[in-house]
This record gives sequence, structure tokens and C-alpha cells, in this order.
Amino acid sequence: MSRRPLTVALTGLNATDSPGAGVAVARALRESPEYEVRLIGLSYEALEPGIYLRELFAKTYLLPYPAAGSQALLERLEYVQQQENIAVIIPNFDAELPHFIRLEPQLRAVGIRLFVPTLAQLESREKLNLSAFGTAHALPVPATHALRQATDLAVAAIALGWPLVLKGRYYEAQVVHTLAAAEAAFGQLAARWGLPLLAQQFVAGQELNVAGLADGRGQLLSAVPMRKLTITDKGKAWAGITLEDEGLTELARRFAAATQWRGGFELELLRTAAGEVFILEINPRFPAWVYLAVAAGHNQPAALLRLALGEGVGPFGAVAVGKLFVRYAWDMIADYTDFQRIAGIGEL
Amino acid sequence: MTKLPYERPTIRKLTAGPLSKFGPRAGARPVAELEGVPVPELLARFGSPLFVLSERQLRRSYQAVMRAFGTRYPQVQLAWSYKTNYLNAVCRVFHQEGAWAEVVSGLELEKALGNGVPGAQILFNGPGKTRADLARAAEVDAVIHLDNADELHRLLEVAAGRPHRPRVALRVNLDAGIFPQWDRFGFNLENGQAWQALQQVAAATEQLDLVGLHCHLGTYILQPAAYGVAATKLAALALRCQQELSLPVRYLDLGGGFPSQNTLKGSYLPGPDAVPDLDDYAAAIAEALLGAGFRVGELPLLVLEAGRALVDEAGYLLGTVLATKRLADGRRATVLDFGVNLLFTAYWYDHHISPVRTFSEQTEPTVLYGPLCMNIDVVRESIVLPLLAAGDQVVVHRVGAYNMSQWQQFITLRPHVVLLDLQGNPHIIREAETLEYLQQPERVPAHLQG
Amino acid sequence: MKLKKNIATSEAGFVFNPATGDSFAASPLAAEILELLKAGQAPAAIQASLLARYEVSASQLQRDWDDLMAQLHQFQLLES
Repeated sequence: MSRRPLTVALTGLNATDSPGAGVAVARALRESPEYEVRLIGLSYEALEPGIYLRELFAKTYLLPYPAAGSQALLERLEYVQQQENIAVIIPNFDAELPHFIRLEPQLRAVGIRLFVPTLAQLESREKLNLSAFGTAHALPVPATHALRQATDLAVAAIALGWPLVLKGRYYEAQVVHTLAAAEAAFGQLAARWGLPLLAQQFVAGQELNVAGLADGRGQLLSAVPMRKLTITDKGKAWAGITLEDEGLTELARRFAAATQWRGGFELELLRTAAGEVFILEINPRFPAWVYLAVAAGHNQPAALLRLALGEGVGPFGAVAVGKLFVRYAWDMIADYTDFQRIAGIGEL
Repeated sequence: MTKLPYERPTIRKLTAGPLSKFGPRAGARPVAELEGVPVPELLARFGSPLFVLSERQLRRSYQAVMRAFGTRYPQVQLAWSYKTNYLNAVCRVFHQEGAWAEVVSGLELEKALGNGVPGAQILFNGPGKTRADLARAAEVDAVIHLDNADELHRLLEVAAGRPHRPRVALRVNLDAGIFPQWDRFGFNLENGQAWQALQQVAAATEQLDLVGLHCHLGTYILQPAAYGVAATKLAALALRCQQELSLPVRYLDLGGGFPSQNTLKGSYLPGPDAVPDLDDYAAAIAEALLGAGFRVGELPLLVLEAGRALVDEAGYLLGTVLATKRLADGRRATVLDFGVNLLFTAYWYDHHISPVRTFSEQTEPTVLYGPLCMNIDVVRESIVLPLLAAGDQVVVHRVGAYNMSQWQQFITLRPHVVLLDLQGNPHIIREAETLEYLQQPERVPAHLQG
Repeated sequence: MKLKKNIATSEAGFVFNPATGDSFAASPLAAEILELLKAGQAPAAIQASLLARYEVSASQLQRDWDDLMAQLHQFQLLES
């Protein structure tokens, strides 16, 4: 059967050493069994590597940063839509998600479908709310305290014990073993990310990740567990391997059922030596390593495309275990005129 | 031969950085008229700069707040927060719509009375009420929102020998999850202060008539849930008052602090994306009060002291570019004929500012300076605007709250304030100041004369 | 006031400085001026031609001209 043509736009083309998922999602969509996908890139900066992957993206448009507001994003997307006739957009960047969610009706009106979580789902798994979220849904989350001032550290330490993990509101974490070290780290993290900070119970163990897809009605469609084999100095996976672990899949299933999650997600997990599993973070989109899921037989992005189009999707079968990904760096060659066009006109 | 339209030539360095807000093919949208009246016409007639208020928007905002709360809770009363903008014409629009007055000084109390508000519909807040203020409030039967124990005792002295008991409400501060917690106004709930004060009021029912409880969480509160917490705690306190002190509380005043759609400095998202819907606040408060356990028919009146949410959107500041220049580091700077003297809120907000005429799609980031000879006079640190030239006009949006009460007469005089009525007819509601007005209260000693 | 010889300009108004690797976007009028400068025209002649064709006073044009030249200088696009 010949595949039907379809235009899909993606963000997250920043395939850098702290990568967005856009390029991996693009690659997965190219292997969609149902659709002959024409890909449009949506980038925020003129040197996002994906822009220059001309064999993947037919064209790329610059978007205004989320800080410019949802109205500015809508106007830009309406312009892009006039040129490209996009059927589905898959956002891959956390900070833009609230805008896309808010704009879903307006985008639908111009013919663009999304398959994204609700605003309430998005907020419930934010770092600040994760502890309450875990309690509410009986999901294992390390005990967490919000810190609004340095003096809150002592209180948190009594409740959580040493060492503590201090986390910035949006990014970055430090493990501290004493009150003095905690106070120093508090100052640094607060200066960088603002208040409140989070103090989390320290849990030792092995880091695991699950890439998942859920249908928004409580059903988990796919969960692919992965263990990182090497990481960069930013803690990002540079190589990983798929696992067979019904416990992890069950956790993803409980997450999908409890939240009625709609779309792709990633669970960042930790398994202690005793075999206890904690959820450290929940990312509201596909991870950058999602192409490994395709290799394991779960083309989650292609399935999400069908969900966005309102087509029925059933649960995937078994995960092919022992599939490895090894990331590599590759220097693409472009010309200054390419840069001028994307930076100056916003299109390439 | 007709000549081509001109815009100054400019060149910008391309960076890998993000796109400007307007994208590469669309500049800032011009705002050429307000309520159908051309901006250049207003400026030609009344001079530049010029404050403009839209009566239509004032009424629309009032009705929106009433609708949000009134559809969720049976008894709702707005008390217009005078300090936000106490120009009489503005106050009278809200009083016509049905608002009571919320005042925070003796001056504001007199303004409200002057605007025809019955004393019984004036709520008197603030930490700085003098004995004279209390006596005047008691005389006109305004409700005195007690802030501290000294004030309570001062009022008991004032009340002695009066034919009618002064009506009072207790201002309570509480932990609603807002940080920093505003604990400087009123009596603290959690440490027992508020209950202690209520016991004192109960012991003095011969002298005082307790009618309400009041709580004001802070300003520009972006968490509707906090209002739900405050409403729950205040309702519990009211029920305890009724049960243990036999003091029925007739109204719960949840204060103000509701945001407008302005963008706070340092906010990642612009105001329209960062600010929750009014309906979210109304739902949080109504849900808390309806579920608090009041008996049917005994639900207290819900009072709200809205200010900014009623007036901000309706205010515009129109002005003119005096000069453009280039700073030492290559940045563009634009000097306007208004600064922080008139636009006090430029300290808090990144105000939305529009050009008046239509430009090409070329834009340029610029610093916006006011006309004061002071380094702090910055209207916007960086804003992307078309290629403005001296003489071009601009519109600043959402300036109705606080500017016309906190503006400063510094170096120059304050300009006209104009109200556009529902038909779009402009009315001066405050004359531009004159040198004579400014110097009227001054006295020059004899030895400095001549 | 001469543009550096190796500066590359495009019809869309883009400018490339091969000595620094920087790219620039010129507004249409700035692009027109750059083309004329590149063609070796004298500033006075360029200004006269602009005054004849555009709705602008000589004094305004002179101020904007000086500002543009300052920008070009800052961006190292002029022969020093």
C-alpha cells in the first residue's frame, strides 16, 4: 500500500550536546508506515543544527521565543501555515508547550492538529508540584520540600536527612552533604533560577528512563525503558540500551492511567539497590533518544501522528531488548548565505 | 514628480539569536485611534503628552468583574479602590455602575463623600488613620477596617458618647501560600492575634458594631488558589465569631490584588499569557465560601476591593518622540516627552507601547528614555519598535492604575487627562497644570521679595 | 568613506564581511546606499540623488547619514 502524503512541522531542532528531540522525531516520522511525511522545521535560533539537515527538513522557519507570548507565536504559525499547509505540529520543547496547548483551538481552526497534554496535566508534573502529584496518584516520588529562604534548609534537612539534593526550579541540581554546603549551593541556584528551590531526599541507585506514549483516555500505548550507558558532562545520554522490565512499564501504565496523559512523555527514574523505583522527573514530551524506541519496534512519533489525526492506535507489542544507541557528532557544511536567510528572513 | 516615502537607513548584525517578537515580516502594529478618535487629533487638540481614559472600557471591566463573581456567588459587592485612580470622573463612573468606595486616608474619605457615596458604603482601610480620621468616619457611618490594637483603642475613645456605634471590620493577615506574606497590615490569624482582637471587639459591643472581616493578600497575585485559601480561613473565622462570640459577620472582604494584563518586569511570559483569567479567581473564592458551612440564607456578602483590574486597561498615555540617538555601545535610544514622572508604573511593568502611524516592516531594538535629566528615567530598557523619528507619536497601553495618583510633579507640569465618553467625545477630567497652580501655595518671605 | 572592497552585498539587502565572518541585514534604503558606495559614488552625489527622490529634508538626511556611517564604522565595514 502506498503511503499517504502529509506535512508535519516540528520544533526542538537543537540537536546539540543538550539536545532537543526534534531531529529524532523527524527521523522516526520518516519511517511512518502510513504516511509519506514532508517535514517542516520550526526553530528558535538561526544555528539550531536541524535547520541545516536539508535532507530531513524541506524548509525551516524561525519562531519567536516563548517569552514573546502566545499571540506572537500564533501569528507566526498562521503565516507558516499559509505557505505550507501543515496537518500536524509536534512540539518538542518544554517552555513552548503552554502556548501550544493554549493555542490548540486556534491552530485547529487553520487546519493544524496537535496531540499534547492538557495545561492541568502539564502543571501537575512540574518540579514544584511533583511531590504532591506523587502523593495524589500513589506514584513513588522522593520526598521534596520547597525552599523559599536559606533558613528553610535546616527544616528540610531534619525532615529529609543528609545528603540533600538541591534543585533549581527549572534546571540544575546539586547534591550537598552539610548545611554549610547547602547554604552555598542555595545562593548559587537561587541566583540562577530564582526562588523557590527544591530540596529532595537523596536516593542512590541506577538511573533509568522510559519513553512513553499515552492516548489521553488513560491507556498506555507504548513504554520503552532505557538505561544510559554513557553520559555527557551535562548528564545527557550519549549512549543507551533498551531493557525488558515489566516493573517500569507498569509504572508508566499507572502514570498514564492516573493522569489520563495525552501524548508523548519521558519518565526519569531511579532504581535503588533494593529494587525500589522512584520517579525523579516527568518530561511532557518525547526524549531526544526517542529514535531508540523506533529501533525497539515502537515508533512512538508515528503513532502520535495518527492520534493527532484522530485515527485509532492500539498498544504496541513487546520491546526489542538490547537495542543500543550511540550518538555521534557530525560537522555539516553550509554557506553564509544559508545563515543570512534563516537569520535575516527567518526562513530556509 | 511625487517623492518616495522615507525611513532612515539602518543596518543590523545578524546573530544566531531568536527572532524578534514581530517576526521578520511584521512590525509592531500601529494604534492610530482610541475608541474611534484619531490619536493625532487628540494630541493636536490637547497637547502631548496626554492621558486618555475610555469610559467604555471602565464600564466593561467593571461589568466583567461583576459577571465573573456574580455568576458564582449570590451576593457580591465591589468597592472601588480609590488610591488606584481617584480622579472624580473615574470614581463616578464606577459609583454609577454600583461600586462602593474603598479608601485608605482621610483625604480619600472626603473625596468619596464628595462624589456622593453614602458613608455607609465607604470602607476605610489603611494603617495610618488619625483620631480625626476615625471621628470623621464614625460621624458619616463609614466602616472602619481595624489595622492594629492601638487603633482599636483609639476608636473606643472616639466612640465614647456617640449616639451610634461606629461600624467596624477586622483586617486579618494570614498565610495563603503567598510569598512574601503581607503581615504588616491587620491582625495575624495564625498566631491568635486576630482572635484576640475579635474577643476585644466582642467585649465592646456596646461601643462598636462588628460588620465584617477583611483580608488583602498583596498585589498582582498570580495564584487564584491563594484566594481560595484566604476565603476558607476567613469564612472559618467568621463562623467561629458567630458560634463562640455571638457576633454574626455580615460581609467578608477578600480585598484586591487582582492583576491586569500588564507584563511585570522579569516575568518570562507577557501579561496576557502569565495572568490567570478573572474567572479562576472568582471560582476559587466562590467555591471556598459556598463550601465553608454557612447555613442557607446566612451566606455573608462578598466584598472585593478591585482597583487595577477595573481601571488599568482603560488608561492610555499618548506621547511624542523628541529625539533618537545612538548610545556609546551602538544601541539605539529614543527620547520621549513623558517619563517615569508620569508613567510611575514603568518601574514595575514592561509596558506595551505602539506606534501611531504605519511604518515599513523594518524594526529596531531601542531604549526608551523619558525627558527628565535623571538616569533613572527609563520607560523601557529594550523594546522593538519601527524606525521612529522625532515627531512620531506613540501610545502606551494599560496605564489606568496608579499613574494618575502616584505621578510626580517634577521639573515639568502634569498634562491634561481626557475621558472619552461612550460616544467617543473627549472631556477634560483634569486640566493640565500651570505654573500659577504650582506656585499658588508657595509663600516668599518679605526679605526675599523685591 | 569607502566600503571595504571585499564586502559582499546581496539583492535582499544582506551584507557579508569576509574578514570577520559577520553577516548583516540592511534596510532597503541602507542597502541602496551601500550599493552606491560600493560602485564608488561620492557621498555628496549619493545624498543629492536621495534628496531628489525621497521625501526627506537635507538636514534629516544628513543626521541619518552620519548615523549610518557610524554604524558601518562600528561594524568594520568601512575603509579606515
